[in-house]
This record gives sequence, structure tokens and C-alpha cells, in this order.
Amino acid sequence: METFLEEVNKKIHGVPLQACYHCRKCTAGCPTAQHMEYNPNKVIKMIQNGQKDKVLNSSTIWLCLSCETCITRCPNQVDIARMMDVLRQMAIEEGIGAREKNILKFHQAFLAGIKRGGRINEPMMMAQYKLMSGDLFSDVTLAPGMFLKGKLSLLSPRTKDMKSVKGIFEKTKNI
Amino acid sequence: MKVSYYPGCSLHATGKEYDQSMKAISRALGIELKEVDDWSCCGASSAHSTNFDLSIALSARNLINAEKDAMDVMVPCAACFNRFKMAEHHLKTDKDLKAKIEGVVGARYQGGIAIRNPIDIIYNEIGIDALAAKVVKPLAGLKPVSYYGCLLLRPPEVCEFENYENPFMLDKMMGTLGADVKNWSYKTDCCGGSLAISKTSIVVDMCDKLMSAAKEAGANCVVTACPLCMANLDMRPSSNLKLPVFYFTELISLAMGLDGSKETFKSHMFDPQPLLKQLQLI
Repeated sequence: METFLEEVNKKIHGVPLQACYHCRKCTAGCPTAQHMEYNPNKVIKMIQNGQKDKVLNSSTIWLCLSCETCITRCPNQVDIARMMDVLRQMAIEEGIGAREKNILKFHQAFLAGIKRGGRINEPMMMAQYKLMSGDLFSDVTLAPGMFLKGKLSLLSPRTKDMKSVKGIFEKTKNI
Repeated sequence: MKVSYYPGCSLHATGKEYDQSMKAISRALGIELKEVDDWSCCGASSAHSTNFDLSIALSARNLINAEKDAMDVMVPCAACFNRFKMAEHHLKTDKDLKAKIEGVVGARYQGGIAIRNPIDIIYNEIGIDALAAKVVKPLAGLKPVSYYGCLLLRPPEVCEFENYENPFMLDKMMGTLGADVKNWSYKTDCCGGSLAISKTSIVVDMCDKLMSAAKEAGANCVVTACPLCMANLDMRPSSNLKLPVFYFTELISLAMGLDGSKETFKSHMFDPQPLLKQLQLI
């Protein structure tokens, strides 16, 4: 049977995680490490140890901003940002969902927006996110000003060939 | 020169000042823009965070559409730029993935056009000297720090941007416009990106740190080339730490004295007009 480490390495499709010698340069440069349950290099160690449940249930994988500072500075070119993408996708596919529920709900509302019009209509996307998350009152003080300044429009142009956009979602089996 | 133009979703909404000023300076600098036919969203953070194949396919659809015009494609939004470069990288290095994605999109990807951000095009194709020759109103008194953020630069072998730990192109451009550019150590730090909506408190902390550092460096404003950085820095810092934030294209437009250059300042959430009036730039 495939180990957790082998499974993640296969999906990263690059430098294997065994190349990490835990110099912690990734963690030192990570802008959200202070908010994470486990530091980025600790996640690599946990994968090496086969601690799949803990990793996929952690907030860390959702708090990664994909700023790519970690891979830029890694002396062994371990693609930690790609690893975080792989772990998030695994958590979704295995039905675990997201420890940081609203972060996943935001992504789902965003993708639903693309599926609907090909392009993101920000007010519609935000409305959907608020309904999905129940977080109805955050940023309500910003919205009127943004509407007045023309930064939010309900009628932004859509992609015409929506069949091709929807086809992409169907063929990639979007969540 | 003539290039394809991919505005992306932000430039038609929260980042409209970037679109307006980009078009204005392109006309003035002799860059002809041809919008990519029937473009769709690049997928941004949400696609790659949840579904790798979807993220590559959404960007590939646009690259394939852009290829029909057989010109380099200018991508002003740093996030779209990053996703396109990432898709290009994977499609060019993984034949199996390329075949799979072509099946998903229903068209062939040639990989024959260059994906370029406007900083690179203006700096390397138009040139600093040509830019300097067009300055009619030097930005005297403006003290910006240049903020490049993440997505134009990283990962370096994908983005192919100059000096990814200490880039200078924006700094040099702003200096050419007559601004007193301040040096700082936060040029390439992250603003918090898409967590602004779903994890706001973290992003407020990150923006506060950036604004404090900008003030410490003696800056009176921040210059960016990314609509996500703009949205976060314009709206998220604590009120006592806010500074005006500009797209670099707005400042080029102002220094070149272009018609309508003052208009885009009106839609910033943190009003930059008092500073510009005080410096007699508007």
C-alpha cells in the first residue's frame, strides 16, 4: 500500500519531500507561520511520519497564502507551496473538508462565480460567500463606498462562450 | 509595439484605476493593446488551492485564446500573470498534463507567445530614457516605497522577474518620474492576498506591518502593480497607519500630464487627493 509520503510526493510531481533537511528557512520566511497550528517544515516532518489525519485536519494547510516565499528560499527546491495545494485538494477529495471552513467557502463561492459568468462579478460572489459562510456583517461598512466609487458593479460583462467554461469545470470534476 | 491585453476580472471592478491608467499610458507610450477575445477568469487562488487541473485549464483557455493573435500578452494583474506563467510552466514541462488539459479545454496549446507584465514591457521595451522624455510634471515631493508583493516574482524560475529578492524596476521608474523613492525591506513581502475576506484579522496585521515599515522608511505613499495588494493596502490597514496607495501606471499618467490622469484618484478608498494637492501635483 502507498504511504502518505509516497502519495503526496506523487501528486507534487517534483522534488520529493525527503530532500527536506529541516533547515526551517521556509518557516522563517512564512508570513502566516505565527498563525499556523504546525509550521511548514513541521508539516513535511508529519508527512514523513505518515500522520495523514493530523495534517489533513490542520488549519495550517488552509492558512498558507501561496506567496511562494518558501520554495523561493528552499535550498533543496522542495515545492512547499505546491505541497499545500496538494494537501488541501486531498482534504476536499477525502471528504474531510477544511478546518478553516470560511476559507474553503470563499474558494467555493469564487469558483461558483466563474462557473456562472466566466468572470468574477464581485458583489455576486461576495453575496454568495456571505450566504454560504453565514458571515453576513463583515465588511458591510466598506460596500456602500465601493459601490459609490464604481468599484462594484452588478452588471459586469460576462464571457460569451460559457459552454467552454462550464465544460472545463465538468471535465475537471470541480468540487 | 502591439500586444494582446488580458485585463482580468479585477481590472473591470475593484482595480478599474489600473485598467484606465494602463490604457492611457499605453496610448501615450505607443503600445497598442488588443483585448484577448472572450477571455474568462484565470482561476486565481481559489482554483489552485482546491483543484490543480482546473487551475491549469482555466488559465490555458485564455492563453489559447490569446495565441490566436500571435502577439505577446500583457497581463497587468499580478495574480493573473502568476497563474498564466504557472500554467505555461506546467504545460511546457509535463507532456501528459498538456495532453490532458488540451482535452479539457478542447483546443491545442502552442506555447508560442510570451506572457509579460507591464513593468517588464515599459522598462525593457519602451525604456527608462523614453519614459523620462515624456515627463512633463515631475512628481516632486512624492516619496513612495515600491511594493512588488509576491505574485510577480515567485517562484522565480516560473515568473522570470529580475532580482526577485530585491527588484528595482519600479523604483527606477518612479525615480525617473521625479519621485523621491524610499528604500525599504518589504518590497516582496505578502499583503495577505485572498485571505482578506475569509480571515480578515490576519490580513489587517500584515497590512499594518507593511504600512508601519513604509512610514519608518520615510514614505508618504506606496506604489504597487497588483490589484490585490492595492485592495488590501487601500482598505485593510488600521486607520492610524494608512497611506495613499497608487498603481504605478497612475503615477506615470500623472507625470506625463495625460488627460484624465486625475480621475482615477477619486475612486481610491483611502483618498490620495489631499496629499497630491498639498504637493501641488493636482
